Amino acid sequence: MLALFLAFFRIGLFTFGGGFAMLPFIEREVVERKGWLSREELTDCLALVQTIPGPVAVNTAIMVGRRMAGKVGALLATVGVVLPPFVVILVIASSYGHLQNNLWVNAFFAGVRPVVVGLIAASAIKLGRSILHSWSSWLIFSLVLLALVIGGVNPVWVIMGAAILGWGFARLE
Amino acid sequence: MLYWQLLFSFLKIGLFAFGGGYAMIPLIQAEILGQGWLSAQEFANIVAVSQMTPGPIAINAATFVGYRILGLGGAAVATLGVVIPPFVLTLVVSKLFYTFQERSLVRGVFSGIRPAVIALITSAAIFLVPSSIMTLSQGIIALLTTIVILRTRISPLVLIFLGGMFGVITSGLGLN
Repeated sequence: MLALFLAFFRIGLFTFGGGFAMLPFIEREVVERKGWLSREELTDCLALVQTIPGPVAVNTAIMVGRRMAGKVGALLATVGVVLPPFVVILVIASSYGHLQNNLWVNAFFAGVRPVVVGLIAASAIKLGRSILHSWSSWLIFSLVLLALVIGGVNPVWVIMGAAILGWGFARLE
Repeated sequence: MLYWQLLFSFLKIGLFAFGGGYAMIPLIQAEILGQGWLSAQEFANIVAVSQMTPGPIAINAATFVGYRILGLGGAAVATLGVVIPPFVLTLVVSKLFYTFQERSLVRGVFSGIRPAVIALITSAAIFLVPSSIMTLSQGIIALLTTIVILRTRISPLVLIFLGGMFGVITSGLGLN
């Protein structure tokens, strides 16, 4: 139980970037160091995790925790993975008020913000290469992008619409 | 009252956050800017901070926004909000899922959500442009970052640090 908490505490503490950037760290901790799951079992877990909404790392913690020690295990693993970012961000947020007006901090962020845009763009291209293969997937991608960027539609509606479209295309085939 | 609004907003984010990570950014942005809780530039800074600190982006953003609005209690409420939906869904759905995984309904729905996730990520990049790319050099930094990430195995953290240093140096030289 404690090992479960500590393993996910480490994952929460040392994984930067969020989302799928965290997967190699999770794999190292859960498969290689602890041997809790085989690589195939983790892949199964991840397939399921991606179909459930929520942060990838949190979902994985819940799944692995539940498999290892039931509901209590799920809870411990979740708290473990959430605690480090929670504390780190609290510290930053509490000093953000006066840092905000610091010239050097502002200059630093002026350089970091475009890097973040580039990182996100690269991530879209990488994932797009592996997912956008059929004309129907390109159509859904284009419609969703237009709705979000030009239409200003709330993402919640867009996701539901895409789900219905996907179901419709699957029925046609 | 504000506590409930905060909790409800982040429950919604947790409930519709398919794809995790960057795909959640438009969702968080729609909630937070929609409620007028933060400015676009503050939001862009939070996304940048999330990239520099450990942990999932959604947790980082929830904690940060919650704290800015209502202090420690707000941070706790927002973070709980984003974690509760996946927690409940994972425990309830995972058993059912294995039985339904092969059904065409489930497969069809997710063949629609997957390309939508790519569009969400793309829109996240587009939404951040006005508050992030205001000068030519910032545009070049963004472009270089994309190319370096796609072509090499250099860690995003290194690029973030280099970008920050570039910002400090150009500002120190009075170039911007």
